[in-house]
Amino acid sequence: MAGPHTRDRAGRPVVAITGMGVVTSLGVGKSDNWAKLTAGTSGIRRISRFPLDSMRTTIAGTANDVYKNYMPPAELSKRIALLAGEEAISESGIGGKGHFPGPLFIALPPLEIEWPYRIQVAETAVPTGEAGYPDLTRVAREPQFAPISDTIRYGIIGEYVAAHFGTEGSPISLTTACASGATAIQLGVEAIRRGECSAALAIGADGSLTPESLVRFSLLSALSTQNDPPEQASKPFSKNRDGFVLAEGGGALVIEDLDHAWARGARVLGILEGCGEKSDSFHRTRSSPDGKPIIACMRNALADAGVGPEDVDYINAHGTSTPENDKMESLGVSAVFGERIRGIPISSNKSMIGHTLTAAGAVEAVFSLLTLEHQRIPPTINHHVPDPAIPLDVVPNVARDTRVSRVISNSFGFGGQNVSLIMTREPA
Amino acid sequence: MTARREVWITGVGLLTCLGEGLESVWSHLERGDPPPYDDKSFAPYVVHPLAPMSFDKQIPKKSDQRQMEMWQRVGVYTAGLALSDAGIAGKPELLDHTDMIVDAGGGERDIAVDTAILSGMRKVAEPAAFLNERLMSDLRPTLFLAQLPNLLAGNISLVHGVVGSSRTFMGEEGAGVDAVRVAQARIAAGQSDLTLVGGSYHGPRWDVLFSFELTSSALRGKFAPVWDRGPQGGLALATLGAFLVLESREHAQARGARPRGRISEVYSDRNLRKPGDIEVSLRRQLEVIAPQVDRDHAAIISGASGLEPATSAELTVLKEFGLPVRNAGTYIGHGVDAQFAANIGIASAVLEHGKLFAPAGSGDTGESPPALSQIVVTSVGNWRGEGLAVITRAE
Repeated sequence: MAGPHTRDRAGRPVVAITGMGVVTSLGVGKSDNWAKLTAGTSGIRRISRFPLDSMRTTIAGTANDVYKNYMPPAELSKRIALLAGEEAISESGIGGKGHFPGPLFIALPPLEIEWPYRIQVAETAVPTGEAGYPDLTRVAREPQFAPISDTIRYGIIGEYVAAHFGTEGSPISLTTACASGATAIQLGVEAIRRGECSAALAIGADGSLTPESLVRFSLLSALSTQNDPPEQASKPFSKNRDGFVLAEGGGALVIEDLDHAWARGARVLGILEGCGEKSDSFHRTRSSPDGKPIIACMRNALADAGVGPEDVDYINAHGTSTPENDKMESLGVSAVFGERIRGIPISSNKSMIGHTLTAAGAVEAVFSLLTLEHQRIPPTINHHVPDPAIPLDVVPNVARDTRVSRVISNSFGFGGQNVSLIMTREPA
Repeated sequence: MTARREVWITGVGLLTCLGEGLESVWSHLERGDPPPYDDKSFAPYVVHPLAPMSFDKQIPKKSDQRQMEMWQRVGVYTAGLALSDAGIAGKPELLDHTDMIVDAGGGERDIAVDTAILSGMRKVAEPAAFLNERLMSDLRPTLFLAQLPNLLAGNISLVHGVVGSSRTFMGEEGAGVDAVRVAQARIAAGQSDLTLVGGSYHGPRWDVLFSFELTSSALRGKFAPVWDRGPQGGLALATLGAFLVLESREHAQARGARPRGRISEVYSDRNLRKPGDIEVSLRRQLEVIAPQVDRDHAAIISGASGLEPATSAELTVLKEFGLPVRNAGTYIGHGVDAQFAANIGIASAVLEHGKLFAPAGSGDTGESPPALSQIVVTSVGNWRGEGLAVITRAE
């Protein structure tokens, strides 16, 4: 064990993970999720929350254990964040009741006024006939509508979560599309390395399934339409993959300066060794055909961790199940890991939980750390028709017990946002 | 902790109702002419729209412009102005390691589609099914991308080739402060050499006014300076783009870039906005920076929004602190996410010209001190977002 002032290869504080929490369509909490994930259970189901008339896609990975009655995305995302955060902080044992000794970085979906509220205000403004925004605006000051503002402010969930856990300073709410959860972790790592804080709470939470969000992704042709049976729709790296499955969930990590964790006798669950990032300027929704940005992203993460491709023995894939992503990710990992790629298992948690969007990077970081802890790799389920263009060991259909000492977890998002994280079990 | 490096502002991009670019904004502020505002188009609300303009200069491809809504066009355009001002536009060797922190609002609605749905729903037996059907057939597929907050950064990457790291913060004025704070801290600690930071906002829209009226926040009736909007006050929402290029001194000097100012301290805070909270928060932050303030040569540019009681609370504390005060929001309106970066940009112009701009309203007090060399820029957001930055003339 290293002494006080432990430093990484670049002379920076070592960043440990001392607590984790997770919520997905498989359930609430690490143990339930891990059991189902490694049993190859799918959380994808037919949507029961709203009518599905006219919808091309009728399935999702809904967080049904959390959703009750009608919850707008702000409320559901907040509850998911609180559940994941509670689990992480409780495991970490850090701070005291209502006080977390560090800042909050929280990845969240963007918010807006939801249709039920718009309709409610319109009914007051113009009971019959044409109702336009000027009419809605005219009556918006009526006190009964004030609570709607708590569902639309971009900073509101971060505010609640910061207040609940008593984190320090101004909470940072962020989005980098499907890389958001990883960005939240990365911001926390950077703050600890700068010496600004000894601990940080990083959360990604997404409860944004609504008719309109489903339509939006559907119109971009991003979603699987193989609705029946729902649990077989998400099939990353398969030849017959046809899009991702929208999902809800959240992941939370207590990240901490290793010295600080040791000093208080905390159990270290893993080390966040490196973060890499590279933006893509090719297209709004597609990645550069040469794969250069995602290759640079993974290489930046390796360089930040001070390790080489030969040191990685599992890839937690972004693996969305879209034709485009999986092809590009395969090309990317083949370039980064070279000939060795055929011997490195790479699996996609999304085959079981769907794409938790804003939360994905955090949820999958938690699963990567559980992979390290249990030395068991969750499978890529629904892998029955391999894609000859993707010659990867995708851990098809069945979990695998094997030695895993270092994981790279990828998150690639709309808008050319790419983040990769490197995690290990023990400090190097 | 890593040794702190000096952080320079080497580029400013502004797009406001006063015009584009720091110099045109400055010349208006210096003259102190009444600001352009529009109290007719959205009556009874008062807003600060942009004068009609073409986006072609910074967003040459019409196909790119079509893929964006107004807030994104304003942001991408302004980011281009900042990159040009810093001398890094069109230089892939620099843009490749230019990091980006954007504070984004986003969420512009298709007002025609929403209105048709709201009205049509009333005539049908199954409104939920009607909603699905209309959304599936009427929403433009690309509208989603024009609504997503992180697609402002995405479009900046696409149009200007900024491809270092990219983060988008959300959370109104406070996120605008934190974007600058994190950008400054990363450079000071050696985690970045060069960062584009800022945001944009397009306030003169009915969907935005609707949102702000849920908290009775939009300015109605007669235009007045930020300080003088009566007991409840109000936000004169603006179209505003503001981006800064921040850079380590070493990196700037190595490429011969000149500093518009040095950004030495940035603080933000969270409070619950109980009575007295704003005052406590601002006092605490001002106490922290007080030892570094060169009181004979310093002034304050306030970010007060015009909402009450927040605006009066801020003024109370600023009066106690005792430096001359100006508020550019009276002239450029309130641009939420972009306000803090805009005020820092304006602070750099004040330092360059060595004097404050013309006062407007009762809270703009004090004469321009001689050899003005330091500006404290404050933020008090519409519901959260207390923060400040210290901008000093760079030698």
